[in-house]
Amino acid sequence: METEVELMTRAAQLSALDKRSMQLRGLVVRALVGGGRGHIGSSMSLIEILRVFYDDILRVRAGDPTWADRDRFILSKGHGCLAQYALLADKGFFSIEELDHFCRQSSFLGGHPEFGKVPGVEASTGALGHGLSIGLGMALAARMKKAAWQVYVVLGDGEINEGSVWEAAMSAGKHNLDNLTAVIDYNKIQSYGFTENVQPLEPLADKWRSFGFSATAINGHDVNALRQLLSSLPIQKGRPTAIICHTVKGKGVSFAENNPSWHHKSNLPPDQVAEIYDALERKT
Amino acid sequence: MRKACLNSIFELAQMDERVVFIGSDLGPGTLDEFRHEIPDRFFMEGISEQNVIGMAAGMAMEGYIPFVNTIATFLSRRCYEQVAMDLCLHNLPVRLVGNGGGLVYAPLGPTHLAIEDIAIMRALPNMSVVSPCDAEEMRRFIPSTLEHPGPIYIRLAKGGDEIITSPVNNFQIGRAVVMREPRKVVIISTGIMTQRALKAAEILKAEDVECGVIHMHTVKPLDFDALAYAAQKAKIIVTVEEHLMTGGLGSAVTDYLASAHWERFPMIKKMGIPDVFPGEYGSQDSLLQSFDLTSESIAAAVRSSMVEN
Repeated sequence: METEVELMTRAAQLSALDKRSMQLRGLVVRALVGGGRGHIGSSMSLIEILRVFYDDILRVRAGDPTWADRDRFILSKGHGCLAQYALLADKGFFSIEELDHFCRQSSFLGGHPEFGKVPGVEASTGALGHGLSIGLGMALAARMKKAAWQVYVVLGDGEINEGSVWEAAMSAGKHNLDNLTAVIDYNKIQSYGFTENVQPLEPLADKWRSFGFSATAINGHDVNALRQLLSSLPIQKGRPTAIICHTVKGKGVSFAENNPSWHHKSNLPPDQVAEIYDALERKT
Repeated sequence: MRKACLNSIFELAQMDERVVFIGSDLGPGTLDEFRHEIPDRFFMEGISEQNVIGMAAGMAMEGYIPFVNTIATFLSRRCYEQVAMDLCLHNLPVRLVGNGGGLVYAPLGPTHLAIEDIAIMRALPNMSVVSPCDAEEMRRFIPSTLEHPGPIYIRLAKGGDEIITSPVNNFQIGRAVVMREPRKVVIISTGIMTQRALKAAEILKAEDVECGVIHMHTVKPLDFDALAYAAQKAKIIVTVEEHLMTGGLGSAVTDYLASAHWERFPMIKKMGIPDVFPGEYGSQDSLLQSFDLTSESIAAAVRSSMVEN
């Protein structure tokens, strides 16, 4: 009999992608080509999560990225920034053409997102295990200010090997911060290989629950399910939320899916870029 | 000094709603008055320094001015990446208040000795490093932090240190205090080494050797004007610190002097802790003595430098 994790993982693998999801993936590839490198696998698993956040959940203004009452969104797994750049460009925080300059010397779009450079980026991340603590501070600040905005932090599954994440989780639980949500991109692959072999995380939802969170698991490529869940937070009043998104690393590019060697790529030859575009075409 | 520091933070918090206090796991009763009077801005987060720094960063991003307090070693070594990335890279107004700078925790051994804290904090862009010498100076310093834009590492001494500064020495971050006018010999010191430097100057005066003393409470940004002034007047500069000789005040002074293009260069003698983890216990005073960081050893160093010069 399949375990819940196996069932959810299979559902994520079988999830069909619509035109918008493929168009956003096209933007990721465009930036990848622009910079000649990038964490492609780590970005592709994030697309539906970020799409639903920016399309349906986050109260943010592209023309006024530091608007005081905005929701705070932190991509703690900063290496997945190609996905965030695609969404921010798509939403008009900056022009789509900027993606062509990804990682170039004078560009503001680096290999990890930086606060103060990229409109819409709340914190410089890239060193792992920092985002949840920063989000915790923001959520406590919202409480002190009696402000209504929400704080969302997206973490990688490999990232949560870091002990600092669990320090932050313990503190969020203690403070009953129901304005803070941690979203885990559980694509099951970290740099060296499968999380199950490098540092097993199960039982993952129970871990978060034991730190004082309300936790649930979801197919991280199911746009409707994500929309429904993210628009009805917190799961439980008086508790922070953890959402474990079962995803597929490299989702949308068939030959990169679930393949640890596609975590990061550099020096992609033109024919391989064409193959990626072909793979995306075939999915639509 | 610690009490003066924490009380000053409380007074600042009463005056300014942006001021927040975050402790890790401090002694029972620490700042109880703060906790009772302003509970919303008082946090005790447990032994989790990495998280505490990130949390302070998040608050600072939202306009708060957090003062984070714990033992200096754990505030510097344990969470160095958080200090570098969350505080310094974002250039946020978080104040790190490190208890027991230097050899204060001598009986507790090397795990608790903050002897490289100035070096590693000084290495970070945007970080300021301040090491006051007495409680009165600390009282003048804390209010001056309010509008300082970036992070500050504040090194606390043991407490009960002799008061040698006065309100005449209006505190300004990055502005050295000239305790005795520069002469042929100038001693530059930070923290509680300034008390010893002054005593050394008195010992030498009795021998008709006039000695300047500059109290460099701010190791970063270093007061280049005061240094240039001293270097022009002095033939001998002695730096004294309760810190490794690697990377601290002495290094900051020599880094600056080496970058200057003067015809005449003073002789420089660095006094501090050698490149070792102290292997003995005892007390702060006894360890300072074993590392030759007493008034008498400073005076002796000046004498021998004068013979060489």
